[in-house]
Amino acid sequence: MAATTDAAASGSALDTFPRWLLQHERVRGGKTATREKDLGIWQSWTWQQVAAETRAMAAGLAELGFQRGDHLAIIGDNRPRLYWAMCAAQMLGGIPVPLYQDAVAAEMVFALQDAEIRIAIVEDQEQVDKLLEVREQCPALAHILYDDPRGMRHYKQTCVQSVDEIVAMGGIHNRNQPEFIPGEIAQGRGDDVAIMLYTSGTTGKPKGVCQTHSALIAAATGGCSFDNISPADEILSYLPMAWVGDNLFSYAQALVAGFTVNCPESGETVMTDLREIGPTYYFAPPRVFENLLTQVMIRMEDAGAVKRGLFHYFMAVAKRCGAEILDGKPVAAADRLLYAMGNLLIYGPLRNVLGMSRIRVAYTAGAAIGPDLFRFYRSIGINLKQLYGQTETCAYVCLQPDREIEFDSVGKPAPQVEIRIAANGEILVRGPMLLKEYFKRPDATAEVIDAEGWFHTGDAGFLDAAGQLKIIDRAKDVGKLATGAMFAPNYIENKLKFFPHIKEAVAFGHDRDMVCAFVNIDMGAVGNWAERRGLAYSGYTDLAGKAEVHELIQECVEKVNAELAHDAMLAETQIHRFLILHKELDPDDDELTRTRKVRRSFIAEKYGVLIDALYAGKASQYIETVVKFEDGRSGKVAADLGIRDVKTFPAGAAAKQAA
Amino acid sequence: MAETVSERQIGDVVLDLRNISLAFGGVNALSDISFDVREHEIRAIIGPNGAGKSSMLNVINGVYQPQQGEVVLRGQRFEKMSPGHAARAGIARTFQNIALFKGMSVLDNIMTGRNLKMKSNILQQAVWWGPAQREELAHREKVEEIIDFLEIQHIRKTPVGRLPYGLQKRVDLGRALAMEPSILLLDEPMAGMNIEEKQDMSRFILDVNDQLGTTIVLIEHDMGVVMDISDRIVVLDYGKKIGDDTPDEVRANPEVIAAYLGASH
Repeated sequence: MAATTDAAASGSALDTFPRWLLQHERVRGGKTATREKDLGIWQSWTWQQVAAETRAMAAGLAELGFQRGDHLAIIGDNRPRLYWAMCAAQMLGGIPVPLYQDAVAAEMVFALQDAEIRIAIVEDQEQVDKLLEVREQCPALAHILYDDPRGMRHYKQTCVQSVDEIVAMGGIHNRNQPEFIPGEIAQGRGDDVAIMLYTSGTTGKPKGVCQTHSALIAAATGGCSFDNISPADEILSYLPMAWVGDNLFSYAQALVAGFTVNCPESGETVMTDLREIGPTYYFAPPRVFENLLTQVMIRMEDAGAVKRGLFHYFMAVAKRCGAEILDGKPVAAADRLLYAMGNLLIYGPLRNVLGMSRIRVAYTAGAAIGPDLFRFYRSIGINLKQLYGQTETCAYVCLQPDREIEFDSVGKPAPQVEIRIAANGEILVRGPMLLKEYFKRPDATAEVIDAEGWFHTGDAGFLDAAGQLKIIDRAKDVGKLATGAMFAPNYIENKLKFFPHIKEAVAFGHDRDMVCAFVNIDMGAVGNWAERRGLAYSGYTDLAGKAEVHELIQECVEKVNAELAHDAMLAETQIHRFLILHKELDPDDDELTRTRKVRRSFIAEKYGVLIDALYAGKASQYIETVVKFEDGRSGKVAADLGIRDVKTFPAGAAAKQAA
Repeated sequence: MAETVSERQIGDVVLDLRNISLAFGGVNALSDISFDVREHEIRAIIGPNGAGKSSMLNVINGVYQPQQGEVVLRGQRFEKMSPGHAARAGIARTFQNIALFKGMSVLDNIMTGRNLKMKSNILQQAVWWGPAQREELAHREKVEEIIDFLEIQHIRKTPVGRLPYGLQKRVDLGRALAMEPSILLLDEPMAGMNIEEKQDMSRFILDVNDQLGTTIVLIEHDMGVVMDISDRIVVLDYGKKIGDDTPDEVRANPEVIAAYLGASH
């Protein structure tokens, strides 16, 4: 391979992932590339070992008849072998297709048929069983290769083999024909499809998103240079491999930057493994951060009085100045001193417990993150940032730059990415990281990429004065007030729901002259609040009807209004009137979807009388509703609902007043 | 785990109980019971409360000494079996009421199951030097294999007392497996478990039997579980044996139906 060194090392030739792997094998062959905890011990593999193993796996796949352009299904938790299998397929010019490991067999059928999967590499017996179950529906499926041999001894089917066998076979192949794999790698091109990911398909069938090597490498290179990611970094890979986020962070960026990927022992040990590894680079959806915070808070409530007192005192200090110190903004010397003490006593140990002591950069994406949650992590010195992107853009559109963090924006356009806002508010994106196409769906591809090469994200948003992107809603949900101002119900509802006291909210305003809202209180949080005040109540309906609770919720709504007033584009959509519903919105009553999304039009119809009352300016409205109980019986809930007017603020001026 | 049998095959009789009678004062707990257990099989003992099931297990591993009858273990006759001898002969058991050290971690609890296999003396162990250190590392490796096998990596360092009941049962099984037994006695392994925990436990029992080749004798109340996983079933009622057959035959046996299964079966 000596002949290729100079050309490959120059950088321009590093246009496929297998070439990056060989590059690391040459440059940092002895450095740890992958770690996995097994039998209680962290096992490691150097870049040399990974490259050799991957080459052997590739040769083994070739012996099974895997060819250029074929798709390789990969199903399982984050195991080193499964990551290597992705690269092995790419060495042969094939396309790995990771599928969600927790999907039931029937859900996998579509992807297996659509991608004409002939070979699948899976983690264990569980996945083998699923594939065997649907084998008749997928006649092309000829080989199922498993990584973990547990429980596999009695499988007599000839199509089931262990990855070990394939690797051994490939090893022999490579000894006999050492030039075969390098030759295959040499045929690879940057615009070959590197990976295919199926989008979840909330509407209609899933679509296979085809991403090329050059798109993923551009996204990975941009991200790594943006945050100065180096080979010294460490990441823990525990998110589903079929998710674009894991692909970008644990595969594309790991190969481009050459940092170490750590695979946890099992799904349940992630917290412990996180503490043991102490990653420097971290990526998680908001709910992970939320769960971590909840665990900390629960444990603090059980701690002794001194610890608890210290914790609350210093958390107040952090809330006051922690985020500013991280951003490098000016902070009073006294606060700085207090923060330094807090760092010694509370924040440092807390970061350690969370496994985040060494984190330089942490990202969250996938859903909106509550500002309080976001601020909490930043205030204890964890550089948590948001990014924005979708499967079609390699999860790479916007990143928050260090020291320019705005809590409600997703940051500035990433290197090489162009952003434009269409007339209807939709965000359009252009750049090297865009998908090549949807697999076998030229119609769908033409729908999302226009003639000028802009990708239509389907999200509505705007660029603020500082050039940072704010996402407000799905474009199709965005309406207009009668005055013509843009009305983004989800955005307003999310802002309301970020308050712990508000569980659900429904905003109305399309084609009307002002915005009004329904609110569901959070029974746990408000119940607790009421108990601490000695406020007696008999149930949800009773509690929701209390004047004190209305007072509490009104404060929340006014804070939201103050924030809305801050944005010129949204100032007109401040909430003028609200009411607290007498029952909790429930999927059993068809008011929410099973994934707990509000079904706005259904609710508008069902509670039409309440909406009329809101807009007619009434002070209260009587309503009777039939509810379904879990055992199938139904009953009636009736109440006289109070309706409140809320203070609104003049555009642009109000942020300080209510805060 | 390291040693696996090539194919699960029910072999010869390894444990034969002949005419066992056991009485406590005037109460006959077991009267004239005979049955055998074959190598690699899953043998269930069922019966209503007070039928003598746990007493039977206690006779097998020498906690109770029967007034009459004998236990034949791999051709060797014992009129008096002792717990120590049973353990050395490769018989391990779990208990109906979990017998673990609540304040110790899962890892340490399973490690106690290796006690019998430790060769170094207490002094060497105390200073953790030379052979004692090497020995402990080897035992730790074995224990890690069991932790992996039972999928309890996430609670490795958790004190047992903090665990939910279902997991404690699994740790109890792990402690018994640490002895690398050839015969495993399970006293109501699924008592007090929900359906999901029962399914998990059934799978672990089948895996132990299948992959480690361990012979299993179990007492269980859940008829669904017993019928699903056992090869042969002994039915006891008030200290007497009223049935001994395959699950299908037992299910059809009128005497068993009358005594235990009830009309609904």
